[in-house]
Amino acid sequence: MAVIRDVMPAFDLLQPESAGDAQKLLQQHGSDAWVMAGGMDSLDWLKDRIKKPGVLVDLSGVEELKGVRATGDGVEIGAMTTLTEIANHPGIRKNYGLLAQAVELVASPQIRNQATLGGNVSQDVRCWYYRGGWPCYRAGGNICFADTPVGRNREHAIFGANRCVAVHPSDSVPALIALDAKFVVQTSGGERVVDAEDYFVGPEDDITRINMLRPGDLLTAIRIPAAWAGARFYFEKVRDRNVWDFPLMNVASAARLNGGTIAEIRIAVNAVSPRPMRLQAVEAAVRGRAADADTGEMAGKLAVEGAVPLQYNAYKIPLMRNLVKRAVAGAGQPQGSSTLASNALAQEATCRS
Amino acid sequence: MPETDNLRTEEGPSTEITRRRFILGVIAGGAVVGAASYRILAPGGRGRSFGGERLITLNVNGKPRRVEVMKQETLAWTLRYKLGLTGTKLGCDRAECGACTVLVDDVPHYSCSLLTNTVRGRKVTTIEGLAADDGTLHPVQQAVVEAQGFQCAFCMSGFVMATVGYLKAHPSPTRTELAHGISGNLCRCQDYMKILDAMMLGAEKMRRA
Repeated sequence: MAVIRDVMPAFDLLQPESAGDAQKLLQQHGSDAWVMAGGMDSLDWLKDRIKKPGVLVDLSGVEELKGVRATGDGVEIGAMTTLTEIANHPGIRKNYGLLAQAVELVASPQIRNQATLGGNVSQDVRCWYYRGGWPCYRAGGNICFADTPVGRNREHAIFGANRCVAVHPSDSVPALIALDAKFVVQTSGGERVVDAEDYFVGPEDDITRINMLRPGDLLTAIRIPAAWAGARFYFEKVRDRNVWDFPLMNVASAARLNGGTIAEIRIAVNAVSPRPMRLQAVEAAVRGRAADADTGEMAGKLAVEGAVPLQYNAYKIPLMRNLVKRAVAGAGQPQGSSTLASNALAQEATCRS
Repeated sequence: MPETDNLRTEEGPSTEITRRRFILGVIAGGAVVGAASYRILAPGGRGRSFGGERLITLNVNGKPRRVEVMKQETLAWTLRYKLGLTGTKLGCDRAECGACTVLVDDVPHYSCSLLTNTVRGRKVTTIEGLAADDGTLHPVQQAVVEAQGFQCAFCMSGFVMATVGYLKAHPSPTRTELAHGISGNLCRCQDYMKILDAMMLGAEKMRRA
């Protein structure tokens, strides 16, 4: 959608300097207001004239929402902290390397310098029909353009589709779910602290919203408890290009090992479903088992149970099997970013063995 | 063009209108006309200045620049069409190519994806601000000249700004590290190896300087 069309249509720009003021402005303007954090998702919507808010509330001047603070139990990351700052933060790198690794793989260096953690978890889906302004279910319409015989759905969901087949695009979210992070949300009814996976809303509950935020609400911070500090982490993101691209799929796991055995584990996968997925069945199945390739194999097979591919995304099933396998087996596996081609090779090797 | 230079020296300061000066004049004039038309066309009168411009002061290349900007205006737009700093290029206007990279407080940003109003009070550096006052090129610019790193060079100013920003934080990168550090810039001529050669030379020059 790289079309330069003059400047954006006009909106009123409000630049509060405190979270309290920001929330007041958001409540005052209700659904006419758009919250902008780093702007990387927002400006695309505005430039394409798909979303036309009357009021833009820019949070870039709210200093109290920025930075990483140590708390009695872990760390609290302000919603306006940039991804670069998180990736470079010594405390995060040391204790919660999973998150550092995940945000380091987001988009490009310049985008990470500007994009925020709050924005990354709250960004909208990337389905091009929806983003192109087509009147689909998610946009309030009565059809899904991606799930038709000719729909382009290579990047779409294999789980949890409910009219909408778009996937959640965030890289940081699976890491935050694996770390058992809590999201701090200011609502008109006061502060709410929710588990990472409960922040997100699936199409079965409300097809036009991707997270729990209602007009007037503000995500202010994300807390990571100390429980998973220094655990054995695994993160991998698969995408078409090694820079810029959203994930075709990513996986994050945090595990506590007892000898060679998995004592505790949390696993999350994203870009497979409209809601980021925590794999609780897999977690339960591998607990108490050896952290090896056999357990990984079993976990991978279990993870893809019930997957429903669309016309062009059946590749996501073996891909997910492989990613979960590696996330469970952990040590000695390649981590970080890879492309489909390199994963296809790994998959071939798996099939042969 | 040694001949032209000689002529100018003899005649003193040139009064002829060069192509560059003509373009700059058009840009400045356009900005005034543009600003006036927005005033006239802005609906709602004085209180609600939708679409209207507001006079703000930006710190660009070390100088305070007073400029009228719209609320929805991006920094790339202000730099190019209001301040005449056309060294910053607009490639995609979607944070997907890197041609518009500038430094904000010494950190590389896509200027197409920043609202101008959000950089008030911050230090903006564009490609025009790299060379010293006496015209001495920045080491990275000098390296580009020497290594002839670019083919068409539309992406050049973005690459140079991304590199300068990266080197400020990581003065001694390996080639792989630098490639990763400036991976947010695209070159459609696919000249990446030569660009990296030039940028590695620039890093070396910066360390020596």
